[in-house]
Amino acid sequence: MSEAKHGPDLDTPTGQTTTGHSWDGIKELNTPLPRWWLWTFYLTILWAVGYWIAYPAWPLIASHTTGVLGYSSRAELAQAMTALEARRDVQSAGLRQATVDQIAADPALTRMAIARGRAAFGDNCVGCHGQGGAGGIGYPNLTDDEWIWGGTLADIELTLLHGARWSQDNRTRTGDMLAFGKLGLMQRAQAESVVEYVRSIAGLDVERGADLARGRQLFVEHCVSCHGSEGKGNRTLGAPDLTDAIWLYGSSRTVLVETVLNGRAGIMPAWAGRLDPVTIKALTVYVHSLGGGQR
Amino acid sequence: MASKALRGLTSAEVGAATTAALLFFVCLIVAGMTDHSGYAFHMVIFTLASGWAFFTVINRGFDPESAPPPRTIDGKPNYNMGPIKVATIAAMGWGIAGFLVGLVIALQLAFPALNFDLPWTNFGRLRPLHTSAVIFAFGGNVLIATSLYVVQRTCRARLAGELAPWFVVLGYNLFIVIAGTGYLLGITQGKEYAEPEWYADLFLTTVWVTYLLVFLGTIWRRDEPHIYVANWFFIGFIVTIAVLHLGNNAAIPVSILSPKSYIIWSGIQDAMFQWWYGHNAVGFFLTAGFLGIMYYFIPKRAERPVYSYRLSIIHFWSLIFMYIWAGPHHLHYTALPDWAQTLGMTFSIMLWMPSWGGMINGLMTLSGAWDRLRTDPVLRMMVVSVAFYGMATFEGPLMSIKAVNALSHYTDWTIGHVHSGALGWVGYISFGAIYCLVPWLWKKERLYSDRLVEWHFWISTIGIVLYISAMWVSGIMQGLMWRAYTNLGFLEYSFVETVEAMHPYYVIRALGGLLFLCGALIMAYNLWRTIVDPAVRSVAVARQSVPMAAE
Amino acid sequence: MTDLTHSHKKPTLWARHKIFETNSIIMIIGVLIVISIGGLVEIAPLFYLSSTIERVQGMRPYTPLELAGREIYVREGCYNCHSQMVRPLRDEIERYGPYSLAAESMYDKPFQWGSKRTGPDLARVGGKYSDEWHVQHFNAPRALVPQSIMPGYPFLAQRPLDADHIVGAMQANRVGGVPYSDEQIANAVSDLRAQHDPEHPGAEGFQRRYPKALQRDFDGDPRTVTEADALVAYLQMLGTLVDFKVYDNKANFR
Ligand code: HEC
Ligand code: HEC
Ligand code: HEC
Ligand code: HEM
Ligand code: HEM
Ligand SMILES: [Ca+2]
Ligand SMILES: [Ca+2]
Ligand SMILES: [Cu+2]
Repeated sequence: MSEAKHGPDLDTPTGQTTTGHSWDGIKELNTPLPRWWLWTFYLTILWAVGYWIAYPAWPLIASHTTGVLGYSSRAELAQAMTALEARRDVQSAGLRQATVDQIAADPALTRMAIARGRAAFGDNCVGCHGQGGAGGIGYPNLTDDEWIWGGTLADIELTLLHGARWSQDNRTRTGDMLAFGKLGLMQRAQAESVVEYVRSIAGLDVERGADLARGRQLFVEHCVSCHGSEGKGNRTLGAPDLTDAIWLYGSSRTVLVETVLNGRAGIMPAWAGRLDPVTIKALTVYVHSLGGGQR
Repeated sequence: MASKALRGLTSAEVGAATTAALLFFVCLIVAGMTDHSGYAFHMVIFTLASGWAFFTVINRGFDPESAPPPRTIDGKPNYNMGPIKVATIAAMGWGIAGFLVGLVIALQLAFPALNFDLPWTNFGRLRPLHTSAVIFAFGGNVLIATSLYVVQRTCRARLAGELAPWFVVLGYNLFIVIAGTGYLLGITQGKEYAEPEWYADLFLTTVWVTYLLVFLGTIWRRDEPHIYVANWFFIGFIVTIAVLHLGNNAAIPVSILSPKSYIIWSGIQDAMFQWWYGHNAVGFFLTAGFLGIMYYFIPKRAERPVYSYRLSIIHFWSLIFMYIWAGPHHLHYTALPDWAQTLGMTFSIMLWMPSWGGMINGLMTLSGAWDRLRTDPVLRMMVVSVAFYGMATFEGPLMSIKAVNALSHYTDWTIGHVHSGALGWVGYISFGAIYCLVPWLWKKERLYSDRLVEWHFWISTIGIVLYISAMWVSGIMQGLMWRAYTNLGFLEYSFVETVEAMHPYYVIRALGGLLFLCGALIMAYNLWRTIVDPAVRSVAVARQSVPMAAE
Repeated sequence: MTDLTHSHKKPTLWARHKIFETNSIIMIIGVLIVISIGGLVEIAPLFYLSSTIERVQGMRPYTPLELAGREIYVREGCYNCHSQMVRPLRDEIERYGPYSLAAESMYDKPFQWGSKRTGPDLARVGGKYSDEWHVQHFNAPRALVPQSIMPGYPFLAQRPLDADHIVGAMQANRVGGVPYSDEQIANAVSDLRAQHDPEHPGAEGFQRRYPKALQRDFDGDPRTVTEADALVAYLQMLGTLVDFKVYDNKANFR
């Protein structure tokens, strides 16, 4: 056998002996373990043992060692949250007790509420209302002064707490745009006609020769109950103002006809229960401050 | 005539042909009966493969040339290199495919339109394709090729079995095809690094057991009293991966006609099983196996003895012992109880030195031959690889500290860590080994071009640096942004703002990936020319017949 | 054959390693022993320590439609970008809501805690958005969130859900320990359709078998049960089952 031919020999460059084996020409040196390596290894082991004594570590038959520090990541979180709330309270002790109106009346509290509201808005609302609250198709712009459900602090707070058409919340805001087509109340031609009328009161261009009188008649028949005789909307019903330039779903004829035929029922989630009451107050003040807030 | 040619089937051939025939019919029936088109497609692949296997095996029996080759010729081992050549080529091919998919998903994160809104091109399906292609297809074929090569050379014995090694190589690659096409078709178990469904898992189990038997059988035939250290690592890798695979993939199929299965474990226990597996897929597939490669190819290429036999003993046993415990560092601050997290963290720290033991043994083997790094780009690649290994195994324990992990977990920092290990360590040691292997296997005296190896080295090194530094920056930034508070005590950034902030780094990462891919393409060209170019002369005397040990 | 490895001096501890180097079976046994310890100590207690899974109220197995939705979540690889595990860290509970409990994934096969947050955590996404929003978001994420890098999945709302395999799926889950009753399995297909259609004859039975589960058409197309219906049904229940009003937080520090 190859190996028997040579025993351990000296490796000149390193001054170490080899083990005497050779595999496909590969030999091994008998170098001792590097001291620094060994000591670092021992050190890590020692550190681990210390850690086990201090922290929960070893499973037993019915429980596990809990460590002398009594540590628990969940308990630590509870402390961190208490500390955080305490820190916030230092700057705005009143946010918790104050009503939204009181907050809005106090600049210091308002500042605090806006800071808190902006943070919550970024992770909960921008998906629908866009960054900064600019909205999108089907999702209202919160920075303008058109409000479906009202722009006072109380209105906004109510919308936030219970949402709009959020079926799991029995205090949610309700009121649908009827699907006149599906319900068999209107034919497409009638819808087109009423749409021309709506466009006319909104100041949009109207098709030449459109029978606005017929449109108006249909409007009075079907729409005024919600949108009002002048089409100015009704906030208790959530019926938007149709005379301004702001359109939730768009103002093209196709979209408007679709709205009339198929109805609309935008859904806004309820946040009570999901977000804590203080955050909802803060969000209310924040949204109110975006530009369209009303007294 | 036929009777003259017929040498009679060996019992192994009869067994293989029967199994293939059986598999043929089972898969054919399932293919016909299932109502899942993707599953039917897979069964058709299995049917074709087993039909082909059946005829090939039977054909051998009628081929007078195919008499079982002798184990030795003139007293020298008659090495079996055919399956190894195939695995080497497969490794290179899958490597390029895997890097390409990596590049695609990197670009998708920078430019989401590249998802094309289609099922089979979206990120969620391509990402597992990437991880499996690079780890299991590329890495796995490298491991099979090198381990079967190394075990023969260091045992001075022909590979055990004649059909078995072919089954290992071809069967393994068939598994890869099934796994990869499965992801694209939406067939997945949804467990990271173990996504293939139950039938692919089952097939892999048979391949893997055969692999273990071939490897062991060769060791049993050895003509050396001691088992070489590289083979310890290969044994550790093969055995442990088998255990992990079985534990993590234990599942209940909905029916034999359905590709779908449900893991036996649920929730928290499944999470622990997953990361016991996942972490040790790193520890045994991407570490122990590749350390086996290191232990053969570095001393061989440097023509130097391994630095320390004693270190290899200690770091081998401590490495495999400690690795198993470290899984919970993937579950820090999750619903996994604190006690288990503590164990995961402390063992990860203790794992630092055992890991560095390997690095020291690899690097210090160069002592007395450092100058070779200037002239031999292949050796340089392997040494840089070991340096990356050292880096990744320092970073890993660091990230295992709960306070650090609270920041790094879920972020690109993990991705940066993964790729310093994956591109640097796994990639480079594999490239180095393949650069060595190809001339040896095809009996060429050298590579087609060393200059091209230089180009490969530098291009992909720049690629790695771009990749991992971009991910460190983006990862740490992401972690800091998620936890940033304003001075009034409220979260400073919304989640989408952090998504937006990642964009430039995603572009840089993709660029890094592109460079890495270019390097691999240069390598493939170089290897191809090495094999086919007549200007690269064959080794006059077959290297295999010269027992090196007798020098 | 003489072994010269360990020099001519007295045999050292190192020489004892010879037994592993010369016998592959002993080597394998050694490896098996060494790798078993850590796994056993870390995994086995999770099956018997009572503190592992918190005692909570409200957890129930998935409805057939939710389970089908979960399969789509897995199939599309959403876990590659989204975690479902809110960690007990200050910023996470402020961003996502109460931290996830082990109990909340006790029927999850496989678990989907995830390892990367390219997108936000989804453990508590249930009830955060409207169904319409989810469908629009699948169709074109960037139409709603311009900075999003999430892929579009417009095909989900177009594909009818394969409802027939749900019985087998529930049976396989039951073998793995999910407590589906015989009744639930027998009515699986009916329940799947009833959850999608409150007018369905099986609607009442569905509510009895899965109290408080959401029941409606989820994707705006009441005629067909699509893959989007299933996925949205799944997303809308995520993180909503446990009743945190009665959950005793302090009892579960562990
Ligand atoms: C699922 C999408 C969605 C999310 C998330 C959402 N909203 Fe809304 N929100 C809507 C829709 C849709 C409406 C309009 C309802 C309607 O059409 O009547 C609305 C309406 C509102 C209104 C009333 C606007 C008006 O004109 O009266 C306010 C205020 C509002 N949202 C604030 C918020 C805040 C603050 C958040 C985050 C805490 C939020 N929304 C989250 C969809 C959403
Ligand atoms: C039952 C009450 C009701 C009736 C009747 C009604 N609407 Fe509406 N309408 C609503 C509500 C509520 C909305 C807001 C829906 C939303 O927010 O998603 C709305 C929205 C609209 C919009 C969309 C506004 C925008 O900003 O995009 C148009 C246009 C409209 N209605 C026109 C009509 C016309 C024309 C009629 C009569 C044919 C009519 N509505 C009858 C309640 C009603
Ligand atoms: C390439 C990564 C990626 C993949 C894959 C992906 N997402 Fe997303 N997802 C995101 C990102 C980024 C966001 C944040 C921006 C946004 O809202 O679109 C997000 C947001 C979401 C949200 C909103 C969460 C919230 O709280 O605002 C939901 C729900 C969601 N994804 C579900 C899914 C589902 C279901 C799948 C699989 C079918 C999926 N995602 C696949 C990246 C991804
Ligand atoms: C061209 C080279 C490569 C590119 C461009 C690339 C790109 C990527 C990308 C974009 C991801 C997803 C990251 C995310 O989800 O945020 C990823 C994940 C991953 N890649 Fe690569 N990759 C490359 C090479 C490799 C190689 C060679 C390996 C292994 C040998 C590898 C192993 C992995 C693993 C394990 C993950 C998953 C990480 C995790 O889940 O934490 N990659 N890669
Ligand atoms: C001492 C050695 C190592 C330790 C202690 C270690 C530790 C870690 C830690 C803490 C994570 C992050 C887990 C998380 O937060 O989700 C991680 C992820 C990872 N590491 Fe390592 N690491 C080591 C070496 C390596 C090496 C050499 C590789 C080689 C490729 C590697 C590959 C990976 C991969 C692929 C992941 C991603 C897993 C995932 O989430 O999908 N690690 N490692
Ligand atoms: Ca699997
Ligand atoms: Ca991962
Ligand atoms: Cu790990």
